[in-house]
Amino acid sequence: MNTLQDPARRDFIKAGAALGAGLTLGFHLNSARAAKLSLPTPAGEAFAPNAFIRITPDGAVTVLVKHLEMGQGVNTGLPALVAEELEVPWKDIRVESAPADHTLYNNLLWGPMQGTGGSTAMANSYAQLRKAGATAREMLKEAAAQSWKVDRAGLKAEAGFVIDPASGRRLSYGQLAQAAALLEVPDQVELKAAKDFKVIGKGFKRTDTQAKSDGSALFGLDLYLDGMLTAVVARPARFGDKLKSFNTDKALAVPGVKAVFATPAGVAVVATDTWSAIKGREALTLEWEPGPGAGLSTESIFASYRDLAKKPGAVARDDGDATKALAGAAKKIGAEFEVPYLAHAPMEPLNCVAHVKEDGCDIWTGDQFQTGDQRNAAQVLGIAPEKVRIHTMFAGGSFGRRANTQSDYIVEGVAIAKRMGVPVKTMWTREDDIHGGFYRPCYLHTLEAGLDDKGHPVAWKHRIVGQSIVAGTSFEGGMVKNGVDHTSVEGASSLPYAIANLHVDLHSPKLPVPVLWWRSVGSTHTAFATEVFLDELAHAAGADPVEFRRKLLKEHPRHLGVLNLAADKAGWGKPLPTGWGRGVAVHESFNSYVAEVVEVSVKPDGEFKVERVVCAVDCGIAVTPDVVKAQMEGGIGFGLAAALHSAVTLKDGRAVQSNFDDYRVLRMKEMPRVEVHIVASEAPPTGVGEPGVPPIAPAVTNALFAATGKRLRKLPLGTKVV
Amino acid sequence: MIHFTVNGKPHSVDVPKDTPLLWVLRDHLRLTGTKFGCGESFCGACTVHIDGKPAKACSVEVGGMAGKSVTTIEGIQGAVIEALRATWAELDVPQCGYCHSGQLMRAAALLAGNPKPSDEQIDTAMNGNLCRCATYQRIRDGIHAAAQRLSA
Repeated sequence: MNTLQDPARRDFIKAGAALGAGLTLGFHLNSARAAKLSLPTPAGEAFAPNAFIRITPDGAVTVLVKHLEMGQGVNTGLPALVAEELEVPWKDIRVESAPADHTLYNNLLWGPMQGTGGSTAMANSYAQLRKAGATAREMLKEAAAQSWKVDRAGLKAEAGFVIDPASGRRLSYGQLAQAAALLEVPDQVELKAAKDFKVIGKGFKRTDTQAKSDGSALFGLDLYLDGMLTAVVARPARFGDKLKSFNTDKALAVPGVKAVFATPAGVAVVATDTWSAIKGREALTLEWEPGPGAGLSTESIFASYRDLAKKPGAVARDDGDATKALAGAAKKIGAEFEVPYLAHAPMEPLNCVAHVKEDGCDIWTGDQFQTGDQRNAAQVLGIAPEKVRIHTMFAGGSFGRRANTQSDYIVEGVAIAKRMGVPVKTMWTREDDIHGGFYRPCYLHTLEAGLDDKGHPVAWKHRIVGQSIVAGTSFEGGMVKNGVDHTSVEGASSLPYAIANLHVDLHSPKLPVPVLWWRSVGSTHTAFATEVFLDELAHAAGADPVEFRRKLLKEHPRHLGVLNLAADKAGWGKPLPTGWGRGVAVHESFNSYVAEVVEVSVKPDGEFKVERVVCAVDCGIAVTPDVVKAQMEGGIGFGLAAALHSAVTLKDGRAVQSNFDDYRVLRMKEMPRVEVHIVASEAPPTGVGEPGVPPIAPAVTNALFAATGKRLRKLPLGTKVV
Repeated sequence: MIHFTVNGKPHSVDVPKDTPLLWVLRDHLRLTGTKFGCGESFCGACTVHIDGKPAKACSVEVGGMAGKSVTTIEGIQGAVIEALRATWAELDVPQCGYCHSGQLMRAAALLAGNPKPSDEQIDTAMNGNLCRCATYQRIRDGIHAAAQRLSA
């Protein structure tokens, strides 16, 4: 779930790669296997040369997508890879979510697990799905070659047909499907050269827009099964509290309420319909035993973090001698940055439909960690993981919330469904979501730097204080090295600027507030602290912020490439209206490079508006250029919500905010004009779901400094500079 | 028993009168295109039309619906929604798509009353409809393009 360049992650990646080899060996998926996997097998002999493609005699080509479609476009970008190699017209491609299966569908970059995250869907599928498509293409050609008694090498695949140019004969993929299904799967196939691409990098449409415009797209919450009941759960308002006693009488008296019982998380109210369940929960009388989080407040947390920040932490990076260089610097500056807890608040509140039967369990949800959730659900039920069948639905956003190694909302739903013996939809209200924890942690950053007499930075000391996301999870072994959780420091420990003496260290205090990754993970806060502080150095050196960065990025051509492109397209240096300011930030995350130039307008009373954002992105080959643009636009809007508005604050152990009135996110009026420019590249594709987010908060902050001379160092900024 | 019309068809439901219209549409009539996002009319994911006017179904009690006519994303018809759907497809507006039933219902009501809205009028009309994927720029562009299509 973090950048893959980190040496500490190599073992982890190797484990994933080894599994990739296993996948290749198990590439052929015969019909018996398909049946065992409960793959949806249509009537007639389907040609399923591998776990990703199915061609039926009627000519339909179905691509099975192993990742979760949560808006980022996997149901478009991944089928595009197959369409390219298989030579199928885009309009003829059908898309289905793959079932959960760790032998077939692992994430090849950070598995062993079938899961979506770390902006890896395209990066880990690029070779896999192109090979899958090319294999099917060659087998269809072989089937035609045998039928015509000619050599396969002389045949062409084009637009769903195999063609013999010598004779002009042609057979459709549908006509060839049954014969192709009987052939051996070749080990080696040739992939197309980039110059021959017809789909990759071209303009084509998403596969899900129509269903998402007429109400027919099915999200987890939209599933209704015969005899299904609906459950909501009363969870403790303070993190770590335990249930002391509860009275169910009034709740059970609410018409429609069928059952009320304690679960590990709280008290479940199960009813015939949603409103009855919600009213039943309101009628509960509950008493909680205060837990370790009872006295927590945002103030007390930051006070303890400030104490911690006075002491050295676990070292994440140590180049040269930063302490000595700082002592000898001509000019020294220091600053402190603060970011709050953040809820993910996807538009679709969490939910899970589960049906526990004698032969196993079916789960329908927008599932982000399919095989992890499968294993955790199996453990709750005391059955084998393969008896848990995951049906991945569209997710109405996630932003990291559904990628939880504890599978919190799924194991809870499964336990309730087991007790009831009928299908149960366990759903969260918005208040449950905002109060429910698994937040992006709050962090304190302290930075010190020194400039020499020419204004060149010679020392950089950066200390980070905040909870570890992966501590205590199955990712800990791979992601925490020498006491440093990579997800807490990524973006800071990978600072690209040429500063000879550079020290980054980390404190990871433990608190009873559950935390989780949030779209762009460590870079959500490290980019803010480092890119604002670098701007402060530029100012202290009397240098232009873009020029200052250029000089320090000479060894980093891809950072430099996006910086120059964004500055150029934004008209960096050109005059702006009175009261306006321009700011820049550049940051790498998930192996993609993004620069954003922001223009803000500030009224005399300090009220400001983000007017324009010019974004440049280098994500290797842009397989789906319009999806890349959409992800940058959306990432910027998502990041801007946190930059301006969003915060979960704690008081007496409780989250103060509860819905979109006080947990504020971006609204239409605040969306700036966004222009996205993609750097042309032949490098393999890297992430796009997350990398648009990190630069926006620092770029806005730097633009506000340019407009007002006021340096803001705490998020959220609000909409007024005072 | 409450009698009202949904997407042109008469319906009778026997539920407590304080049940929000949203849950009647979803749980009882299985019209799942109308979404639950906040339950407090802060997000607009549940936007429907009641007697032709946009309303947030999570905050309307079904008891007050007797004799009224409700239109949902599944039932809305006519040139305006067709134009919006066409430009939504042209610009690939949705990402996760969860809020877009509400966005389209709100946008259709806007264009029905104002065939050529300015940026500012669009922003004002759409400000109650949240999108966490922040597809706002394309929503704005999609509404402009639909207005243009309708006037052509």
